[in-house]
Amino acid sequence: MSVSRYLELVKTTKRYGETTAVDAVNLTVPESKYVCILGPSGCGKSSLLRMVAGHEVTSEGDIILAGSNITNLPPAKRGTAMMFQNYALFPHLSVRDNVAFPLKMRGIAKIQRHNEADRLLERVQLLPLAARKPDQLSGGQQQRVALARAMVTNPQILLLDEPLSALDPFLRIKIRAELKQLQRDLGIAFLHVTHSQDEALALSDLVVVMNEGRIEQASTAHDVFNKPANEFVARFIGGHNVIETDSAKFAVRTDRVSLGKKSAGALPVNIRQIEFLGTRVSITVIGESDLEFSVEVPDRSFFNRPFEIGASTFLSWKPEDAHPLAA
Amino acid sequence: MTAQRLSWLLVLPLTLVLALFLVLPLLTIVVVSFWDYNEWSFFPAFILGNYEYVLTSNVTWATYLKTLKFTLLTWGFCTVIGFTVAYFLAFHVRSLTWQIALFMLCTIPFWTSNIIRMISWIPFLGRNGIANSMLLDMGVIDAPLEWLLFSDFAVVLAFIHLYALFMVVPIFNTMMRIDKSLIEAARDGGASGFQVLTNVILPLTKPGVMIGSIFVVTLVMGDFITVRFMSGGQSASVGRIISNEIALLQYPAAAANAVVLLAAVILMIAIMLRFVDIRKEL
Repeated sequence: MSVSRYLELVKTTKRYGETTAVDAVNLTVPESKYVCILGPSGCGKSSLLRMVAGHEVTSEGDIILAGSNITNLPPAKRGTAMMFQNYALFPHLSVRDNVAFPLKMRGIAKIQRHNEADRLLERVQLLPLAARKPDQLSGGQQQRVALARAMVTNPQILLLDEPLSALDPFLRIKIRAELKQLQRDLGIAFLHVTHSQDEALALSDLVVVMNEGRIEQASTAHDVFNKPANEFVARFIGGHNVIETDSAKFAVRTDRVSLGKKSAGALPVNIRQIEFLGTRVSITVIGESDLEFSVEVPDRSFFNRPFEIGASTFLSWKPEDAHPLAA
Repeated sequence: MTAQRLSWLLVLPLTLVLALFLVLPLLTIVVVSFWDYNEWSFFPAFILGNYEYVLTSNVTWATYLKTLKFTLLTWGFCTVIGFTVAYFLAFHVRSLTWQIALFMLCTIPFWTSNIIRMISWIPFLGRNGIANSMLLDMGVIDAPLEWLLFSDFAVVLAFIHLYALFMVVPIFNTMMRIDKSLIEAARDGGASGFQVLTNVILPLTKPGVMIGSIFVVTLVMGDFITVRFMSGGQSASVGRIISNEIALLQYPAAAANAVVLLAAVILMIAIMLRFVDIRKEL
């Protein structure tokens, strides 16, 4: 029987004096899955990751990795490896020595550790630059060096703290795909902290949405987007209108609402703003008592029958597209 | 006005100040070092005798050796103390308020003049001073220690007291600029506390150590007053030779000595700079 390599958080809590950053979080990260922790800044996602890495003392609760309790172990004894937001490459060491650093700390001989470092650098296509210093590399290359350094110890799980936030948007999408590919190749779990919805949806097998130190929802990207558990998730993940009636609260995706003729249950609205987004057009409308909704329509159908700002129309949706939200 | 002229205009004031107060006096010293002198006056000439005397006299060589010894000892202790204090301030004191408060505490001795700080050692180290009477009372020694004051020990002690802060400040400054996530990354890679120190902090602090070393070396090499006070006139230093020659109105000899000292210090700094690139710190 193979040992499970699940990461399990049991009532993991982080307190800074009076404030609770992470509030008794329970979470299971399945082995060899890509998991994103998504949340606004200050939601406790970074503290959670740093507790798993061992760079933050866990105030309460346990962290279990591959069947052993790692809550109080030093970072290097946990089987985790962390990739830092700003990459934290050693500026005085060459790329090769940066990657070999963890091996040097373990007392592995120079030739051996350089061979191992070169093997990983080849994997991230940086071998020709192995003798350079980090400040002679581009942001994307530095990111790959940091990744190689994190992988050199053969961790059971890789922890990534906003790994793409320092890159420009084009590179971000390219590296995002590389990360996912790498995760599949390595077959280990990636725990990736981000505040970007796109990133979480594109990468994750499991999306964990956090707010105020608690998990609001943990499910597949598809479910988080189509079945947000509550108003916070629906608003934070974006692309939803949260509509409140006397009896219930529900979310309707912005591309599942339509503007047009009056029908039963349709809301009278005024067009406030029209934004052209390339393939789609986003229309902001104002309903009764200044409630704002947004509607996204494919560009073709918009330009077939364009709306004018200030025009009055009706907002409607199919009943099956309304997803009820927990109060 | 063209941009180029404007930039020339902008550097003009500083150029004038430096030319007037640095380059001109230096040139004067160099020129005077070739002049001749007798018991009561000195006059323009072009002789190499001053240099010949400086470079061949045994006194010069012995004095340089002594000055070098003071420099090395002071530098060694200042580096160790400076690094330790800066390390404590930068990595063990967590709050910025405390860092600033403790840093200010380090500078308090500098609120009084060099001479006062030096002289204040005398009642402490003297034959019947505080140190000796304390040690006698505690029964550690039977007779007062003679080497505490007016000795090489006293000179080096005063130097360290005077110049340790010149080491603390630049090292503290470089340490504060070390990204704290580098230390976490090292920890993540399995480095022990000592390995973090030797593999990350020490290499990244080298430029600060070097800047501090330049301060300490130039200050000690050029010193004449500390050596006189603390050795009780028993030890010589290059600075003291120059000051004695000036007192005897042998300006050309003093100038030649000063030029040699300047060359020696520049050479030492040039050698030090070969090891560490400090440009990033400036």
